[in-house]
Amino acid sequence: MNVSRTLIAATLGLVAIGAYAQTATPPAGASSPAPVQNSMAQRMQACVMCHGKEGRATNAGYFPRIAGKPQGYLFNQLKNFREGRRHNQAMNHLMQHMSDDYLQDIAKYFAELDLPYPAAQAHGLTAQQVQLAEQLVFKGAPERNVPACVSCHGSSMAGQQPAMPGLLTLPADYLIGQLGAWRTGSRNANAPDCMAEVAKRLTPEEVGAVSRWLSAQTLPTGTKPQAGSTEPLPIRCGSGE
Amino acid sequence: MTNANKQRSWLRPLLAGLVGLVVLLIALVAWLNVRGEAPVEPGPANVQASASVIERGAYLARVGNCIGCHTTTGGAAFAGGRGVDTPFGVVVAPNITSDVKTGIGSWSAGEFWRAMHHGRSKDGRLLYPAFPYPSFTYVTREDSDALYAFLKSTPAVERPNQSHRLGFPYNTQAALAVWRALYFRAGEFEPQAEQPAEWNRGKYLVQGLGHCAACHSGRNFLGGTSLNAEFAGGLMPDATWYAPSLASPGEAGVQKWKRDEVVKLLKDGVVSHASVSGPMAEVVFSSTQYLSGADLDAMARYLAAIPQRDNEPREVKRADGDVFARGGKLYDQHCASCHGNKGQGVAGIYPALAGNRAVTLASHNNLVQVIRQGGFMPTTAGNPQPFGMPPFGQVLNNDEIAAVSSFIRQSWGNSAAPVSSLDVLHVK
Repeated sequence: MNVSRTLIAATLGLVAIGAYAQTATPPAGASSPAPVQNSMAQRMQACVMCHGKEGRATNAGYFPRIAGKPQGYLFNQLKNFREGRRHNQAMNHLMQHMSDDYLQDIAKYFAELDLPYPAAQAHGLTAQQVQLAEQLVFKGAPERNVPACVSCHGSSMAGQQPAMPGLLTLPADYLIGQLGAWRTGSRNANAPDCMAEVAKRLTPEEVGAVSRWLSAQTLPTGTKPQAGSTEPLPIRCGSGE
Repeated sequence: MTNANKQRSWLRPLLAGLVGLVVLLIALVAWLNVRGEAPVEPGPANVQASASVIERGAYLARVGNCIGCHTTTGGAAFAGGRGVDTPFGVVVAPNITSDVKTGIGSWSAGEFWRAMHHGRSKDGRLLYPAFPYPSFTYVTREDSDALYAFLKSTPAVERPNQSHRLGFPYNTQAALAVWRALYFRAGEFEPQAEQPAEWNRGKYLVQGLGHCAACHSGRNFLGGTSLNAEFAGGLMPDATWYAPSLASPGEAGVQKWKRDEVVKLLKDGVVSHASVSGPMAEVVFSSTQYLSGADLDAMARYLAAIPQRDNEPREVKRADGDVFARGGKLYDQHCASCHGNKGQGVAGIYPALAGNRAVTLASHNNLVQVIRQGGFMPTTAGNPQPFGMPPFGQVLNNDEIAAVSSFIRQSWGNSAAPVSSLDVLHVK
């Protein structure tokens, strides 16, 4: 009896949700090109204009892909924008009146999107620049205390749970912009701000080569950020721990 | 007698008269600045306030949205540092945490009350009315003491105050004294006996701590308000947004609204036919959503009773045909998927633009701001996952924003002046 009662309740619940999510009926003579849903995807239409359909920006232009990045990373960034630790006029404005709960909902929505990555593209780097980039990406520069990108961002650089972002297929201009912002102190994260330290140890040539190299790579469809590791990170990170 | 001597003979008394007049004027201004001020009584400075008084003070701090100005983006609560941009320069809100060195830790309740009621600091200096003491002067001593008790209970944050960035003569106490002589008079809240208690409570909140008039009143070139401009609407001091008139049902007046709709707008930030944006979104986000149902209801009663003063019907110039057509095309391309091809919106999700008074205000500022910056309604308990609009300033230039604004202002029965690219450029 209990089971059937639960089933009935669940069914009624689903019907109620269905009714709630139903498309609103427009008045006579009016039509909407696409039905508006009472859904998270509909709410996030405000992000699509810059971050691409379903949060998938390409590696051209400036705006970063947000689909599939770890929820913890996205949440931290949304909060950083809200609290002025990152500066982008549009993002600062959009985030200003949002609760932590909603920021988590938004982060979760984009983290769970599983969309194909754009194809690899030519990076236009010289052999010497490629060598420089690959050295930093896979080995780092231990003598200057610069860890390899892969040591934190995952072996395939698709990110690492709970809060380490993937690096590949982001626009080169975006990556250069972020590393530059860390160097000048206009992008900040919770202390200890590991990327600020790393970025300040890089030369402008290294920033350019690494950003172009990372931007040109791709990832197989379905690649997810790797699971969190119990190993300590090579450098202390306030937002990645 | 020589001519020179003759001149001197009438010059001297004239000069003396002038000097006398100036001295009298200075004395008058000085007197106007301190009239009605009793000597500061220390009040319950060293008395440990009860938890219930502190709690009431915390609630009153929400009503007054103290945190709104006295906290920087991402900064420690009440530690000050946010600049209020005015036509006269930037006034920086001070630290009001319990810190003794940089906050109000060393203030007495009496000094705090003098700041609220008379607009003077602990050391007697005149305060800038960016701190809305022309409204706070109506706050009772009891409420002031509760607020004081709450602020004294906040964690002490050592954050030195920054000086205001004002040009001459606005950076002088003399200029401030003249302003106060002209526009400020300390007052007591006087309940109107013929009105119910709720109405009086509403008036007390709206006129006092709520300081609605600080934004929603018209101001002259000296930043002064007059009684007949009360709630008449005006550009925000930083000239970004227009705070619509609370006296006009064609703007933000709620004389024709149901009371529970007004309560809902202040509580949730959205009702079926309206939502808050810009500075009012901030007010709902950090202040009114936390107010009790009874207080919101009281405010709604008073707001609905603000004497109606409709703005003169305006002769509306039609937008240029080409601009209008271009605006229509842009509307179909960028706006219609949410706001509907007839500006009908989607009930409870996207506001209708047809008949929406926020888009037909005489001032085009708010429409331009919303198009340019987009935005989400504030998150509230009643609207925890608000819908949002993209910042179209990323893809539309000033010409395009002007065209689509003109189209929206003159379509589906809307009738408001067209917007030019220059107008868009001038919106900060």
